[in-house]
Amino acid sequence: MRLTLKVWREGGKYVGQFVDYKVDNISTDMSFLEMLDVLNEQLIQEKETPIAFEHDCREGICGTCSMVINGQPHGPMKSTTTCQLHMRSFNDGDVIYIEPFRAKAFPVIRDLVVNRDSFDRIIQAGGYVSVNTGQAQDANAIPIEKDTSSQAFDAATCIGCGACVAACPNASAMLFTSAKVSHLATMPQGKVEARKRAQSMVKQMDAEGFGKCSNVTACEAECPKGISVTNIAKLNREYMGSVFGSDKVM
Amino acid sequence: MRWLTNFLFSSIGQKVVMSLTGLFLISFLVAHLSGNLQLLIDDGGQQFNQYAKFMTSNPLIKFISFGLYAGILLHAMQGLYIWINNKAARGGKGYAKKVTRAVGTNATAASNMAWWGILILIFLIIHMGDFWFAMKFGGSLEMLTYEGYDEPVKDLFTKVEATFNNPIFVIFYVLAMLGLAAHLLHGFQSAFQSLGLNHPKYTPLIKGIGTFIAVVIPLLFAIIPIFMYFGIYPLSSFLH
Ligand code: HEM
Ligand code: SF4
Ligand code: FES
Repeated sequence: MRLTLKVWREGGKYVGQFVDYKVDNISTDMSFLEMLDVLNEQLIQEKETPIAFEHDCREGICGTCSMVINGQPHGPMKSTTTCQLHMRSFNDGDVIYIEPFRAKAFPVIRDLVVNRDSFDRIIQAGGYVSVNTGQAQDANAIPIEKDTSSQAFDAATCIGCGACVAACPNASAMLFTSAKVSHLATMPQGKVEARKRAQSMVKQMDAEGFGKCSNVTACEAECPKGISVTNIAKLNREYMGSVFGSDKVM
Repeated sequence: MRWLTNFLFSSIGQKVVMSLTGLFLISFLVAHLSGNLQLLIDDGGQQFNQYAKFMTSNPLIKFISFGLYAGILLHAMQGLYIWINNKAARGGKGYAKKVTRAVGTNATAASNMAWWGILILIFLIIHMGDFWFAMKFGGSLEMLTYEGYDEPVKDLFTKVEATFNNPIFVIFYVLAMLGLAAHLLHGFQSAFQSLGLNHPKYTPLIKGIGTFIAVVIPLLFAIIPIFMYFGIYPLSSFLH
């Protein structure tokens, strides 16, 4: 395949602009990142600075491979990360736009790499359960119905990639935050701190400057893990419960 | 009351206010529509004029209408505030290419809520300036005393009729109702989601009702100017 790439470059000699590149002999079996590797090899040989992009696992579980491909975070394929997207999803001669995730709370570090520390701070604010150290508990000490654990697991599959923010016209982090709140609030171990968690995580999310949720559902449509917006409704319930159903003044 | 202001200023609290005011405005739309359909009665406007008199003089209705003005103002101001904030959260730079897909709602209706709202707001200002202001303060309306009634009433009907003789107004009203349709198409079900009311059994029903009212309410509003323009009065009075 022969492709024209319009890649956002920022940092170094680039102030923030699209640069056109041509790549040739791309196999349809390559992943999107492998295609970028080919381009970077080419740039290094031409003594150009390679394009900075993030990647780690390359198997769809770490959530670092953030970029917007032709207007869609992680590209055109449903429930698929960029690293798992293959070039067979494109056609010979295609022009492909590649841009970083755009949100005030995700500042661009360089080219396609953005800083997602804001997500870490939201998790630090309450995305955990407090467990006393000591002997490991017996695995079946707390009985949990299969449906309940599956529901919690579905929410827990969020890989924190930020595609939901990138897809949202409001740059809202509600899908990410709700996935964690709802995962933990569904489990008995997480229920203990559920109210405090809903308060502190929403507070941090707001402080980071993410937008408010207009229920556009673009997040669910682009989420590589198919996290459902029903989690957002659950977060709304949890949050209102923490305000109106609690005797704590928070 | 810190806990309450904290809630009202939180992102979720702001959306709860939007959804409650929005649903309240929908209940008003239903009431307003059933009143206004009396414009299509073939009695030369008598029943409509008497209804308009009742609506502007009954103390309970007057009281409720202040709630309504406050509701519209709060919904519109807060909606615009949220919209501006959300744009800022994007960080100033848009995408060179953008595809917006949605799940279970209409992406175009959903991502342009503020634009539909602004259209509705402009409509409301012109609409109230024309009719509400004329009814409340305008001395330009003629007074009519109908047979069998003692008190004279303002002839708002003739004013409405004259307005809808102008095709520009008719087109503007129809366009505004298309905006309302889009606003409701996303807004009705969105309000329930904002309140956390999502349920595997009831959400499909809520979405169905939302689509139904998003079509029927604006459609019935829109046929009033169209019918009046063409002089069609298909309803008959149940009063006389
Ligand atoms: C009769 C008039 C109106 C009705 C019945 C109505 C109804 C609604 C409803 C039900 C919602 C959904 C709330 C939610 O998502 O939780 C909504 C959202 C919204 N409305 Fe209205 N509305 C009306 C007029 C207006 C006006 C005049 C404006 C502003 C100029 C406006 C601006 C907005 C905005 C910006 C949203 C989206 C908020 C968000 O999700 O971020 N609306 N409206
Ligand atoms: S909810 Fe989906 S899109 Fe958002 S961070 Fe988690 S995995 Fe990524
Ligand atoms: S590189 Fe880990 S998810 Fe793509």
